[in-house]
Amino acid sequence: MDLPGARGALSAAVISTLTSAGGTPAAAVEVAGHAIRRSPDVLLDDDVQLALFVLDELFYRGFSDVADEWEWDPGLLAVRAVLEEAFESALRERVVVPGGIRAERGAIADALFAMTAPGPGPSVARHVAKRATLEQLREFLIHRSVYQLKEADPHTWAIPRLEGRAKAALVEIQADEYGGGAPDRMHAELFARTMRGAGLDSRYGAYVEQVPAVTLAAVNVMSLFGLHRRWRGAVAGHLAAFEMTSSMPNRLYGDGFRRHGFGADTTWYFDEHVEADAVHEQIAGRELAGGLAEQEPELAPDILFGAASGLLLDDLVACHVLPAWKSGRTSLRVP
Amino acid sequence: MTGRSDDDVTSRRDRTRPTIVTCPDGPILVRGDVQIVDDMGSIVPRRRTTVALCRCGASTIKPYCDGTHKAIGFSAP
Repeated sequence: MDLPGARGALSAAVISTLTSAGGTPAAAVEVAGHAIRRSPDVLLDDDVQLALFVLDELFYRGFSDVADEWEWDPGLLAVRAVLEEAFESALRERVVVPGGIRAERGAIADALFAMTAPGPGPSVARHVAKRATLEQLREFLIHRSVYQLKEADPHTWAIPRLEGRAKAALVEIQADEYGGGAPDRMHAELFARTMRGAGLDSRYGAYVEQVPAVTLAAVNVMSLFGLHRRWRGAVAGHLAAFEMTSSMPNRLYGDGFRRHGFGADTTWYFDEHVEADAVHEQIAGRELAGGLAEQEPELAPDILFGAASGLLLDDLVACHVLPAWKSGRTSLRVP
Repeated sequence: MTGRSDDDVTSRRDRTRPTIVTCPDGPILVRGDVQIVDDMGSIVPRRRTTVALCRCGASTIKPYCDGTHKAIGFSAP
C-alpha cells in the first residue's frame, strides 16, 4: 500500500522518516511525547492513531517505496513504545473488566459470553439491515476494510507464544479464517470479493486515507496485542469477543446487502461468517481463552481486558458512525 | 530412536477418530470424518473441518448453528 498523508506533526515526522535516507531523528520521541500530552483523547486522535497504524503496518505488508529495514529500526520502535504506552493507559481508563472471575475454563468462557451478550441498544448491524443507504453500505465496507483485508493476521502472531490446548484452538480457528488451505476461501479474500461486488477498490489499504482515528484505533488495538508476547492473553480475549459478536451481526449485514439487491457472490463473506463464527466463538471462548486461563492463570485479567478493549472500540466506532448516518452525514474523513 | 510401537499407532487412530462435543447451553461441535445427511439421506454440504450443529432449534441455517441460542436464552436440558 501507499503511505497515507500525515494528519499532524507526529504522523508527519513518522512518514517523513520512512521516506528519508537517514535514520530516525532523535527528536522523534519528543514529538511523540508532545503529541500525546496535547491530545484530549488518544483513542480518537487522528495524528496519534495514524502514526501508530503506520508503525504497526511495517510488521504486516509494509508500504511501497519504504525499505523493509524500518520494521526493527530502534528509533521508530522508541516512538512506537511512547504511543503504545499512551494507548494502553487510555484503554485502562475506559475499559470495564468484570472482577472476581476465576481462572477456570468454564468461568472464563461464561464471563466472555456475558460480556458479549446481545443487547437491545442501537447497533450498526441493525442499521445496515434495515435502513442503510447504498452509500452507507459502501462506507461500512470501507471502515471494515482496514482490518478485514488482513483478517486474522494480528491474532496469528500469538500462535508461537501459546502451547497445548490453547495453541491447538487458535490454530484450528485461524486455519478456517485462512480458508482451510484454499486461497479463494480466505476470509480476507471473501471480503475483497464483497468490496468489488459493491463497486469498491479491494486493494489492501486502499481506503486508509478515508477512515477516521477511531477506525484505525480498532485495528491498532489488535496490533498492540498481537505484536507483544506479554499480551498473549489479551489476544485470546480479543479474538473470543470478536467471534462472539460476529454471527448474528453478519446475518444482518448480509440482509442489508440483499435488501439493496446484491447477490450471493457479494454476500458470501457475511453468510460464511454466520456459520463460521458460531463455531469459532465456542472454540475461542472455551478452548483458547478458557484453556489459556487454566494453563497460565495469571493471564485471566489480560484475557478479559483484551475482550473488553475490543468491545469498547467497537462501541466507539458505532458511536461515530451511527450519529453521522442518522443525520445524513458521511462517517468518513472529509479532506 | 525407537521404532513405531503399537501405542503410537493407537494414539494416531484416536486423533483422527470423529469427536462430538456438546457446548454448555450451545451447539454440538463435530470434528473428524463425519458425513452429515438430512432425513432424506441427502448429504448436507460441509464447508469446514469443524462444524457446529444447532441444538436450540432456532438457527436460521440448520442443521448448523448461527449463534441464535444466545439471543433466545437457550438452556440445554
